[in-house]
Amino acid sequence: MDLFIINVIDGLIYGLLLFMLSSGLTLIFSMMGVLNLSHAAFYMLGAYLAYQISVYTGFWVGLIVAPILVTILGAAVERYGLRRVHQYGHVPELIFTFGLFFVIEELVQYIWGRSMVNYNSPESLDFIAFNLAGGSIPAYKVFMLLVSVGIFLALYYVLARTRVGMIIQAALSYPKTVEALGHNVPLVFMGVFGVGTGLAGLAGVIAGPSLTTFPGMAFLLGSIVFVCVVVGGLGSLFGAFVASLLIGWLQTFAASYNIGAADILIAFGYEYPKDVYYHPWRDLWTLTLPQIGPILPYILLILVLVFRPNGLFGKRET
Amino acid sequence: MKLFNKIASFVLATGVFFSSSVFADTIKIAFIDPLSGPFATTGTIGLAEWKYAVEKLVNEKGGVLGGKKMEVVALDNKMDGKESLVQVQVAIDQGIRFIAQGNSSGIANAITDMVKKHNKRNPDKQVIFLNYSAVDPALTNDKCQFWHFRFDANADIKMDVITDVIAGESGIKKMYLIGQDYSFGKAVAAAAEKYLAQKTSIEIVGNELHPIGRVKDFTPYARKILASGADAVITGNWGADMVNLGRSLKESGFDGPVYCYYCATAGITRTFGETGKGMLNIVGEGKLNPMNPALEAYNKGLKAKYPEADMSQPRITNAVQMVAKAINEAGSATDMKAIAYALEGMEFENELLQTKVVMRTSDHQAIQDVHVGMHTDDVDIDFDNSGYGIKMYKTVKMASMDSPTTCKMKRP
Repeated sequence: MDLFIINVIDGLIYGLLLFMLSSGLTLIFSMMGVLNLSHAAFYMLGAYLAYQISVYTGFWVGLIVAPILVTILGAAVERYGLRRVHQYGHVPELIFTFGLFFVIEELVQYIWGRSMVNYNSPESLDFIAFNLAGGSIPAYKVFMLLVSVGIFLALYYVLARTRVGMIIQAALSYPKTVEALGHNVPLVFMGVFGVGTGLAGLAGVIAGPSLTTFPGMAFLLGSIVFVCVVVGGLGSLFGAFVASLLIGWLQTFAASYNIGAADILIAFGYEYPKDVYYHPWRDLWTLTLPQIGPILPYILLILVLVFRPNGLFGKRET
Repeated sequence: MKLFNKIASFVLATGVFFSSSVFADTIKIAFIDPLSGPFATTGTIGLAEWKYAVEKLVNEKGGVLGGKKMEVVALDNKMDGKESLVQVQVAIDQGIRFIAQGNSSGIANAITDMVKKHNKRNPDKQVIFLNYSAVDPALTNDKCQFWHFRFDANADIKMDVITDVIAGESGIKKMYLIGQDYSFGKAVAAAAEKYLAQKTSIEIVGNELHPIGRVKDFTPYARKILASGADAVITGNWGADMVNLGRSLKESGFDGPVYCYYCATAGITRTFGETGKGMLNIVGEGKLNPMNPALEAYNKGLKAKYPEADMSQPRITNAVQMVAKAINEAGSATDMKAIAYALEGMEFENELLQTKVVMRTSDHQAIQDVHVGMHTDDVDIDFDNSGYGIKMYKTVKMASMDSPTTCKMKRP
């Protein structure tokens, strides 16, 4: 039971981190109707920029400055890249972001090298926040949790309660009408793309010290973010929130319970082989839930697409 | 893409051929390991160690066969099995007779097969495979062959040494085994189970494999390990999987030792820093700390020439000097059979590392001192320019000297 509670907390922290990534992605999709395949690359860029800044000025400056830099870069990409490609339709846009992913990833490796970098949490957060069931929750994890919740609330407030949010929401569904009313829709697009990538950057900044800043980080998290967005329903912020938490818990729980194929086989009356390492069915006998854990989100993705193509909370056709 | 690869390797091959024909008299070793892509760091450090060892330990001491120089030719296999075989062919076509490879036992398995077939079909152009790092026990057991020589201690030998240390730790009652889900991870788990049962009464409270390079967050694994009541952990993890596992364990409040194979250099030592102190116990050959003056000078020279490199694989100095010695004994750099026979059973005294190495005749497994060391900042030679390194605290002389092998070597 204690392990259960601690897993709920771990999964929540991980899920909220996923949400920070998927919220930006889903916002951009709502706006432009295009999946930003380079999203995870901005996440990686955020982590590396924050690392570089933290070398000179410490963690806290990096926390503020790096996401701003990523936001500016994202906005510039929209303004000078995506906007030009936009006129040729969605497929060229998709290919543009696909290419951008590799360009950013290679560029990061070119600048910072191919081994992991030493990006650590600040010393002021290097203590244990509380103990639970013999395990401890470090203060940095609590900090991650607070930042994620703060971002969610801020995002919700801006979109639902402010004039800017109203314009964004209107531009989502009726861009032409909004433009006719005198609003600068391209500027809104640029802003949303910038903020969306900035959120990815912020996710990278706070995830970097915890999940390690290394060249494979974008690839590792990239695909799972798309799963969050599709399962939640493309374009639905609330859907992305629910799906992110769901996948966070799914992965955490799958990794922490060693339910194995052996248990099931024994339950069906088969006998555990004596020398399992040389047994022809070794791979089946030793298969456990943690081993298949990482593919569970993709199974969920397929099931959702088959039975509920719009995603859990999606309103529009994809 | 395939065609492009072929053309590219052809252009590269001819390019290297023409540029190197100027030094036609050098004896070349083809270094085939990842020099681009995510594993490039390890490959690049290994290349620097090879180049420096050849330069310092052979060429500057007068070369081989009365003045001939040796040379390392770098070929990038991108950590890909198929690409590796293409590069072996490129090397053979250039007339190179020595193939050095180490990263990934999967690739080593492919290369050893290819070399075996090639040597059978081309008795006039035989090559020798110098495996300096791939530790899958099969390579010197079921899959052993005459042209393959392993300079690293294999996974079984290393586990034998680790469990010797663990058997002496009275505080360890429960052990957790965790590794990456592929041949090496499985080999480590199997060896750990075997030796722990033989030498100790330690209970194995967990034995699991996780998907390699796919786990984003190791926290749930750490929680599970903690909940299992384990006093210590054995893992064969490398790269980001190693760092993330170690960090998560520390963050979750685990304070026991972690016994590992690959928890140093290539950025890992630097990333662990203070966190790794008192936690990481690594097994390996080659005693760097505490060091001797000759080694200090050698390491300084290496660092001066390749600032990002480390003496992460001291066995490379064995491999280079033993090959040079074998060439001298054979009296030829092209009679590969004679060279292989000279290498087989060779007893070599490495002055630099102050150790003896024996290339065991029965299976071509190098038998040498194997050490267990801890991650600490109390070192003479550090890794990753971080101030942290590995200090050896336990040595097993000529480890697993009499270990059995299933190898039935066929000799030409």
